Amino acid sequence: MTRVTPSAPENETASLYEAHRKVYPRAVYGRFRRLKWVVMAVCLTFFYLAPLLRWSRGPDAPGQAILIDLAGRRVYLFGLEFWPQEIYFVTGIMVLAMLLLFLATALFGRVWCGYACPQTVWTDLFVMVERWVEGDRMQRIRLDRAPWTLQKLGKKLVKHGIWLVIAAGSGCAFVGWYVDAPSLTWKLLHFEAPLTDLGFIALLTTTTYLLGGIAREQVCIYMCPWPRIQSALLDEQSRVVSYQAWRGEPRGKLADPASGDCIDCLACVQVCPTGIDIRDGHQLACIDCSLCVDACDAMMHKVGFAPGLIRWESFTGQTQRAAGLPAEWRPVRPRTVLYALVIVAVAGVMLSAMVMRQPLKATVQHDRIPLYVPISGDRLKNGYVLKLSNLTRRPQQVMVHADTPLDIALAVAGDQERPSGNHLVLTAEPDGQTTYHVMAILPKDALSAASTPLTLVLSTAAIPEIRITDHFFAPEPH
Amino acid sequence: MSPKIEKDSLSGQETTGHEWDGIKELNTPLPKWWLYTFYATILFAIVYCVAYPAFPLPWGGHTMGLLDTSNRKAVDADIRSSAVSNRPQYQQLASTDLDAIDQDPALRSFAVAGGRSAFAQNCAPCHGSGGQGSKGYPNLLDDVWLWGGTLPQIYQTVQFGVRNGNAETHQGVVMPAWGETAKSPPQVLNAAQIDALADYLLSLNHQPAAPDAVTRGAALFAENCVTCHGDHAEGNIEMGAPPLAAGVWLYGGDKSTLVESITHGRGGQMPAWSERLDGATVKMLAFYVHQMGGGK
Repeated sequence: MTRVTPSAPENETASLYEAHRKVYPRAVYGRFRRLKWVVMAVCLTFFYLAPLLRWSRGPDAPGQAILIDLAGRRVYLFGLEFWPQEIYFVTGIMVLAMLLLFLATALFGRVWCGYACPQTVWTDLFVMVERWVEGDRMQRIRLDRAPWTLQKLGKKLVKHGIWLVIAAGSGCAFVGWYVDAPSLTWKLLHFEAPLTDLGFIALLTTTTYLLGGIAREQVCIYMCPWPRIQSALLDEQSRVVSYQAWRGEPRGKLADPASGDCIDCLACVQVCPTGIDIRDGHQLACIDCSLCVDACDAMMHKVGFAPGLIRWESFTGQTQRAAGLPAEWRPVRPRTVLYALVIVAVAGVMLSAMVMRQPLKATVQHDRIPLYVPISGDRLKNGYVLKLSNLTRRPQQVMVHADTPLDIALAVAGDQERPSGNHLVLTAEPDGQTTYHVMAILPKDALSAASTPLTLVLSTAAIPEIRITDHFFAPEPH
Repeated sequence: MSPKIEKDSLSGQETTGHEWDGIKELNTPLPKWWLYTFYATILFAIVYCVAYPAFPLPWGGHTMGLLDTSNRKAVDADIRSSAVSNRPQYQQLASTDLDAIDQDPALRSFAVAGGRSAFAQNCAPCHGSGGQGSKGYPNLLDDVWLWGGTLPQIYQTVQFGVRNGNAETHQGVVMPAWGETAKSPPQVLNAAQIDALADYLLSLNHQPAAPDAVTRGAALFAENCVTCHGDHAEGNIEMGAPPLAAGVWLYGGDKSTLVESITHGRGGQMPAWSERLDGATVKMLAFYVHQMGGGK
């Protein structure tokens, strides 16, 4: 991270590689801190407990409300069940999440980073444990500087022990999203969990411990791509955590009559989870968690100044305040309207796709070799591989007929001694794909071209018709 | 020139001692973790080259590596292990009769899947990868079968083949050469008669033909051909005699090919696959061929 300061003093050093400085965030109290606790509690509760929610789907299906069943190749979401063919729903959800992130950033800066990102949530949790075991900022700094004693060793062991327990719990909860959570718990308690599950629990335990406990703000500053593109998403109307330099500068002692409102107490720096000085301006490492707002407001209250020296404010708003005007904020502007419209469009497409989703899907593929077979009686036969995907858990009877005025006969391979005319009834086996080799038979003289479009119409009692157009191939007419 | 390493006043870093026109280079070494990772990859490469096949040799071949790994061997091992894991199904197939297999969906689909790969290996060279056949090699997808298209008939044909010397092979009747050839001096039919027969066959298949030739051909057909091909040219699977009015031809249905077939005779052959493949594979082939589209 390179800090950009408008007028760097002569002797200031600009480092190309910054050595790791351990950050010791101080405890802070206030409305944003409370909000952060609430968001953290909600996120963690959802993550840990959602796999335990039950949903009855009958005897042959998993009873977990939210389950990403990789082995069974299904995603269960309450009443919905997705097949691998419908992976585009996942794409849609990701696109939607990205657009929501854009909109939130354009309006409120990096609220995602400050409040809901798993990195932030777990780091916050781990720092909470650290503070609980080792004490607040100054005690932790002293402890780290102190020589190794049994007491120090004990504290460190307790802290890392609790971290590992939390990390292991997160690993188990993560795997619980992919396998049946209650039976996983039972197996874990009886030391019977499969090796794959244990491997993923170990992996997630390690990453949670390393990212939440050790790497912390380094992930946000050095590893995450999001800070790199935030400047493309913010504009002068986005509300971000900002220091009101016009009011605070020149900073100085409380007693100094010439100085501004900033009393240079460094409270904002000490509470910052990424260890930056917000008074340097908005910067890459700021995750907009607004703990510095709480810290500064508390201090301003103590010394009898108005709060809001550090506040959620757009650049425009700050300029207006500096000029003595009331700060205004325009949440509705072309950028946010565009984001909102695209969000509505994508959500609308996904919702309609979801609503129109049929319990039967079908694909038809014409045989490649050969394209046609001459058979007795001056007729031609074309073969099609018809795949019926039955998304329900009971068999479906599917009626197939060809939408053509020609005298066509349909049959399933092996059955053409009993051609059924332009009519087939096939069974789609429950919860799976059933493949039929369907033959279409036409008299040679009914065909005038080497390739004639042929539409197969599939219908069941439950769904509207499915129409699939393929071709009937014949020898090149002489 | 000895490098003059000095401390840069602005950044506090040391310089490399290199200087070009007054521009000095800061010494910014790579991060340790990066360097050690790099060393680790070098070490990995050395170990890899010793352990696995790595370098081509100028006199051909390549170094083998200490672990003696080879993709070929891995594939062989895979094939062997799948042969072992498939053994129960093979044994079941070999010991179960056709009807029972047909009634067992799991076993039947195993047979079809195995038959698909056995077909590609053994049958596709003559019958085509899709079973479409070619001139002289029957199309397995149509509804005309020289030796019958039911599952037991197909199984019989695959097992013992056609006119190959196996004790149980389909011998049928070889279509004789009706015209004058070096091999058959006693000429049975003359060229005009063969021409009339061909015209008659064309008319049976709704092709244009000279009417008077058709009349003569019909008489010749009744006299010479009905024994094998039947009164209505419907064919006879006991003799391997194809139907001649179905519009489906093994050698071709145009006049010159018909004349050639009558003049020189025909008689295809097929190996007895029970002599070359195990019993389970032959059964799998029968199931696969039967479900390709032509089976009855």
